[in-house]
Amino acid sequence: MPLLSPLGQLVLALFATSGRVTLFALEAMSHWVRPPFYGRQLVRQIVEIGYFSLPVVGLTTLFTGMVLALQAYTGFSQFNAESTIANLVVLAITRELGPVMAGLMVAGRVGAAMAAELATMRVTEQIDALDTLSTPPMKYLVAPRLLAGTLALPPLVAIGNVIGVMGGWLVGEQKLGFNGAAYLQATMNFVSMDDVLSGLVKAAVFGFTVTLMGCYHGFNSGRGAQGVGAATTNAVVSASILILVFDYLLTEAFFAK
Amino acid sequence: MSADQTPSKIAVRNVTKSFGRKQVLCGADLLIPKGQSTVIIGGSGTGKSVLLKCILGLIQPDSGTIEIDGVNILAEGAQSRRDIRQKIGMLFQGGALFDSLRVWENVAFGLMQGDRMSARDAKPIAITKLGQVGLGPDVADLFPAELSGGMQKRVGLARAIAREPEILFFDEPTTGLDPIMAGVINDLIRQCVADLGATAVTITHDMTSVRHIADQVAMIYEGKFIWSGPIADLDTSGNPYINQFIHGRTQGPIALQVRSA
Ligand SMILES: Nc1ncnc2c1ncn2[C@@H]1O[C@H](COP(=O)(O)OP(=O)(O)OP(=O)(O)O)[C@@H](O)[C@H]1O
Ligand SMILES: [Mg+2]
Repeated sequence: MPLLSPLGQLVLALFATSGRVTLFALEAMSHWVRPPFYGRQLVRQIVEIGYFSLPVVGLTTLFTGMVLALQAYTGFSQFNAESTIANLVVLAITRELGPVMAGLMVAGRVGAAMAAELATMRVTEQIDALDTLSTPPMKYLVAPRLLAGTLALPPLVAIGNVIGVMGGWLVGEQKLGFNGAAYLQATMNFVSMDDVLSGLVKAAVFGFTVTLMGCYHGFNSGRGAQGVGAATTNAVVSASILILVFDYLLTEAFFAK
Repeated sequence: MSADQTPSKIAVRNVTKSFGRKQVLCGADLLIPKGQSTVIIGGSGTGKSVLLKCILGLIQPDSGTIEIDGVNILAEGAQSRRDIRQKIGMLFQGGALFDSLRVWENVAFGLMQGDRMSARDAKPIAITKLGQVGLGPDVADLFPAELSGGMQKRVGLARAIAREPEILFFDEPTTGLDPIMAGVINDLIRQCVADLGATAVTITHDMTSVRHIADQVAMIYEGKFIWSGPIADLDTSGNPYINQFIHGRTQGPIALQVRSA
């Protein structure tokens, strides 16, 4: 009994928070279709989220592709290795690792910064000030960020996918002694539109999730520097967990037939 | 003219607000006459800033009513609240400048985002307003973090008056300013009331400012307004709380929570 009661409270708190986050997201999304629109904010956020995340995401997927090829070579039968490894790398990257790695990196980079920025604005009354200047903060701050996250991640992941595949090719050609052209040909034969698209849908969902967590925790930050710190941590942790949860659910939806 | 002859612009009735177990406002009543300058005085932490935020609709009171132009804002929907808030310009105690925007963009923010004015039209207005608070055009392109505390305060003031709203709230406009600059700001507040016909509510601890700015004075103590009246009656109020406060005496009915070591 004494063990069950805190567990019950935890579950209740989880439901309550999910409800609050959902309402927050719905309110923000309702501003996507109601003018005025803050186009400059949107462009700025897309550049911030998409463009400036390129180096981090590129490096991450590059090494992921490289290590995949290496692991596959040492782990699998080396018979017919060239096409097996090309297949494995492109499948794993486009379906799973591209979006998940990019999502996690963006959670650390953008989600944290977003939460810290909004929390600081909350603490220093800048969000209150927006309200007094006829600019609803949900519309001006949150709505463009959520949209930017959702729009910026798919192209980011698409580029990451290409880099990841190139990572596998690099290891294949340089280290394992494959024929580079044959490797690429095998990749092209195996890659399917469905895999790529499913990965890009995941990317959009992860982008939304990361920015939602950053905005929600920043917007509802507690007072003082401590509040800002807590908001940042909560944003990154919750976004990372949700990415993995949604990844499973989406995989289930796409591929379990 | 006194409060009971002029119609009130804002009527605060029996407003209570607590944070957790801490009761900040407990039945605050205040009538703010239209087109006049009202100054709120009272000890630190007595809920003056909280009251202004309640009137702005940024904090939801636990009970009571707040009327602006006869409309009870607490009973209104979100859209109509936003319309009412349009009428109010606010200088926050901490300035609350947008630190990602330049000084002139801060001042012009309400004009550009709220009234959809173009940057080309709004910038000269912003520079004029900065001039009124004693800041030159060279400051306009700096970021708030590059300014001193007193300069930030004045930018906040310029932002509050930029759209020439009907109602102006100033939360400690002269703290952190030198006496001469404080005088300039006091004149500016008077000018907003006299020339624009604005209704001003100022919170200040500076008794010189009070005498300079106020038509009406209201004193808050322990979450309630214990005295309000025209500035001329301030010295002859006969209220022991007022007398202790305006003369800054340590002895009197206002017990301080200070313990000597
Ligand atoms: N958002 C909040 N959450 C919790 N407590 C708050 C909040 N805002 C204000 N308070 C508390 O309410 C009380 C009144 O605060 P307020 O800022 O209104 O004081 P004040 O009268 O403006 O004081 P000062 O003259 O020092 O500015 C304080 O004790 C403060 O701790
Ligand atoms: Mg205050």
